[in-house]
Amino acid sequence: MAEYVIETAKGKWGIVVGLEIHCQIISKSKIFSGGSTEFGDEPNVNVSFVDAGMPGMLPTLNKECVHQAVKTGLGLNAKINKYSEFSRKNYFYADMPTDYQITQFRYPIVGEGEITVDLSDGTNKKIGIERMHIEQDAGKSIHDLSPTKSYIDLNRAGVGLMEIVTKPDFRAPEEAGAFLRKLRSIVRYLGTCDGNMDEGSMRCDVNVSVRPFGSSELRSRCEMKNVNSVKFVMQAIENEAKRQIEIYENGGTIEQETRQFDPTTGQSKLMRKKEFAHDYRYFPEPDLPPLVLSDEYIADIKAEMIELPDAKKQRFVETMGLTPYDAMVLCENKEHAEFFEKAAQGHDAKKVANWMMSDFFAMLNKKRLDIAQSPVSAENLGRLVELISKEVISGKIAKDVFEIMSETGENPEKIVEEKGLKQVTDTSAIEAIINEVIASNPDNVAAYKNGKTNLAGWFVGQAIKMSQGKANPAIVNKLVREKLDK
Amino acid sequence: MSEITKLTVHEALNALKNKEFTALELTEAYLRNMENGKKYNAYITECADVALQQAKEADKRYATGTNRALEGIPLGIKDLFCTKDIRTTAASHILDNFVPPYESTVTQHLLDDGAVFLGKLNLDEFAMGGSNETSYFGPVINPWSKDKLLVPGGSSGGSAAAVAAHLCAAATGTDTGGSIREPAAFCGITGIKPTYGRCSRYGIVAFASSLDQAGPIAQDVRDCAILLKSMAGFDDKDSTSCDVSVPDYEKFLDGDVRGLTFGLPKEYRPDGLNPEVSAYWDKAAEYLKARGAKVKEISLPHTKYALATYYVLAPAEASSNLARYDGIRYGFRAKEGQHLDDLYINTRTQGFGAEVRRRIMIGTYVLSAGYYDAYFLKAQKMRRLIYNDFMNAFNQCDVILTPTSPITAFPIGDESMLQNPINMYLNDVFTVSVNLAGLPALSLPIGLSATGLPYGIQLIGKPFDEGTLFNAAAKLEADAKFERK
Amino acid sequence: MAIDTHTVRRIAFLSRLKIEEEKIESTKEEFSKILNWIEELNEVNTDDVEPLISVNNTTLRMRDDEVTAGNCRAEILKNAPAAEYDYFAVPKVVE
Repeated sequence: MAEYVIETAKGKWGIVVGLEIHCQIISKSKIFSGGSTEFGDEPNVNVSFVDAGMPGMLPTLNKECVHQAVKTGLGLNAKINKYSEFSRKNYFYADMPTDYQITQFRYPIVGEGEITVDLSDGTNKKIGIERMHIEQDAGKSIHDLSPTKSYIDLNRAGVGLMEIVTKPDFRAPEEAGAFLRKLRSIVRYLGTCDGNMDEGSMRCDVNVSVRPFGSSELRSRCEMKNVNSVKFVMQAIENEAKRQIEIYENGGTIEQETRQFDPTTGQSKLMRKKEFAHDYRYFPEPDLPPLVLSDEYIADIKAEMIELPDAKKQRFVETMGLTPYDAMVLCENKEHAEFFEKAAQGHDAKKVANWMMSDFFAMLNKKRLDIAQSPVSAENLGRLVELISKEVISGKIAKDVFEIMSETGENPEKIVEEKGLKQVTDTSAIEAIINEVIASNPDNVAAYKNGKTNLAGWFVGQAIKMSQGKANPAIVNKLVREKLDK
Repeated sequence: MSEITKLTVHEALNALKNKEFTALELTEAYLRNMENGKKYNAYITECADVALQQAKEADKRYATGTNRALEGIPLGIKDLFCTKDIRTTAASHILDNFVPPYESTVTQHLLDDGAVFLGKLNLDEFAMGGSNETSYFGPVINPWSKDKLLVPGGSSGGSAAAVAAHLCAAATGTDTGGSIREPAAFCGITGIKPTYGRCSRYGIVAFASSLDQAGPIAQDVRDCAILLKSMAGFDDKDSTSCDVSVPDYEKFLDGDVRGLTFGLPKEYRPDGLNPEVSAYWDKAAEYLKARGAKVKEISLPHTKYALATYYVLAPAEASSNLARYDGIRYGFRAKEGQHLDDLYINTRTQGFGAEVRRRIMIGTYVLSAGYYDAYFLKAQKMRRLIYNDFMNAFNQCDVILTPTSPITAFPIGDESMLQNPINMYLNDVFTVSVNLAGLPALSLPIGLSATGLPYGIQLIGKPFDEGTLFNAAAKLEADAKFERK
Repeated sequence: MAIDTHTVRRIAFLSRLKIEEEKIESTKEEFSKILNWIEELNEVNTDDVEPLISVNNTTLRMRDDEVTAGNCRAEILKNAPAAEYDYFAVPKVVE
């Protein structure tokens, strides 16, 4: 795609961005305890003695979290490390009951990988994954119940997280947004994370630096913590880049620092400078021996991998004739893609895709429904498209039929039959209608004959109207001209 | 003192089975001893009510013939084991009001076998110390004290003193660098630190996770065998617990040492080793030789570095393990600071004693940015060399025989120990390597010094070979004919 | 290695412990003494030695994904120095 440039009065600048994304792992119990991962419960209910960091309590690793991590790693086309290690990251934090976080440091479970993002101009870009490791989440502090106190709820403490670190491969805010959407799509396909950024089950830290456009130097970066929507990530990158450029252009320098993004203003403020950076004192977690995975274990997970969005998209383009854009839109969401495939079964796939992306999605939006709750089944959508293809109904009638389908959920064939909406292709019947239109509008006929030939369209419209939309437009068109030109 | 409290666990079990006295009578006798033995300061928390209840339950079991392996045996529990609904302090101000809502796996095993809990025993604060002088609840007195009050050793000082003074039939201990063996030696009794992974660490307040192990402290070798059988076993709540079956250790006591080779590491006999220590060591070797065992000199070349290695790794792990004592979820909280950091700092500064604070800071230092490789990683590498030393040695011998400690019990408040912490640390010279290598080791009394204080002798075994240690220890015990208090 | 005042203060803060001003000097000396003693480890070349992290020759066991604990709020909060509205309470945290 065209390169992203920030132009000021003084010069041109480019950006270098990397992301760190925390994804909450979908599992029943926490990563190191048998506490429930359920949300929305009353405070401190889903807390075990381990989660509360009670004296003498010990972590035990949840099999499912490892399985989910390996699956995600494979989804990121990444190397699965057969040997990995848990480490303690030490820092005092009210939400962290042991005052250290069990994470992975020197030896993460997933190594380098790569995913392809789709950009708005139809091009792709490959984004490198540096690593992915698994760790435990912290609890939550509630600051607004008292003017003098903070309250701590440990329900979330110990929920499994996957932290994905990208390479600093992003050169435009849009690329970062596209990456997040693709990542979210992948983890949702895999069922390893629900990907809901607004609920905090996917959280993003953004590292931004700038440099003169065209240069390959790497300058100091600033990290924006917890930027929690695709839109905010793009906004944060843009605004942070501008902030840094302004400092450089005024003769200043940027030092590595951590900043807090404020979604209400789109701006960020300083959290801590590098010299106050935490000294985390990582060391191997002595309560957990190293994690060793066998080739067989990894192969078994590989075998159960499902088709991911990129592969699906490619198949839709190659075997079903979809445009890359349509295929991308349909494949972003697994349920959408599956619905589409079911609907397109035996029918015109391109038409089905068009219908889904226009009327069908509009209907779901309007009704605020998930695709799973759609009143129009995939089979019925396919049947509707088939009725159009076979010229049983016109595209216009189809819209009416669809309207009824989205209210009643009925089979379109039945609706067409019962309401007598079948397209009229019988030439004599159509001729009769046209004759009537001509007979009752002598003035327009005269005008047409005097050279106002564009009135032909008006006659066609009148005829179709009179047939209550059932007359086949192509036939009407042909016959109207024949009769007027006689 | 009632005669029945002088019995060993195995003697008491026989007597209970033969209805010579009841479990209630036995427990009451120990409770009286505890009352009369307050001067030892061995207990932090006594739980007579619980004990009497458990004893009555035990008598019902004996009456119905459903008695279990330790039915009615009154035990003392080192106050590092969490006991459900019984205060557990780790001998620290910071936990002095903590009542766990859960039971450690090891104490649960003992309860499941019918043991009676008399109370929670004193120790060095968070098990950090070799003299029991760092306890928030004051020092424990060694029952062997004569004119001067002597330390019982540490950190399981309360356990050792209570067993030696018959304030319980036997006790639990934990051993991170010698904390079972040293006090057992100082108090003239027997203790075993099993192989790392043999006893679950679940519910034991952690000091240094990769080194901590629970074990029994008891009157004799057989009692240790009986207790360890109950305490040990695989636990899926502890990821470092090993899934290895626990043999009936008592069966090893009748074994034979013929065919066994005992290694005497030459590095354990440095210039200046107390001649008494050296002489008892040789004597123990002679006992074994006389019974047909082979004795040979071996080498553990990195012995010299074990202490320094230990004093990097143990404080590093401790600095992290003890971070959770921050005044938020349990334990002592200082008068609130305005900011959370003030609360942390005030709570921890007031809540921890000087030795614990010192070790936390040393541990923090060796892990901190810029020092990790030079100290912590270096020590982990040294640990590998020390481990390899033992594995090589075990190609030449079955058991390693060494003194337990270079000294006997010393006076409470000893100036040289207090002024330089390193002097105190040096007392662990014969014990820490064993923890670094994760090996089982047993200490039993071998004889008295000229001043009438006990010396211990240590047997170190291959991983999970506690059985052979019990075999050899039983022979040494029979030959040494040490007279307990 | 001799430790300076700045380092002592930094280590104390990282440990969330306070060292009284008048104790800074003696703490420095004591730490330097201990660290010097530890530095005898440098006599041994360990370049090619794998660090020993775990004496268990086992690898990490994994448990089934089942909810086996929790739902014990009263016990979780029982020992708390301050608990209000079923939360742990601390002085206001300002980010």
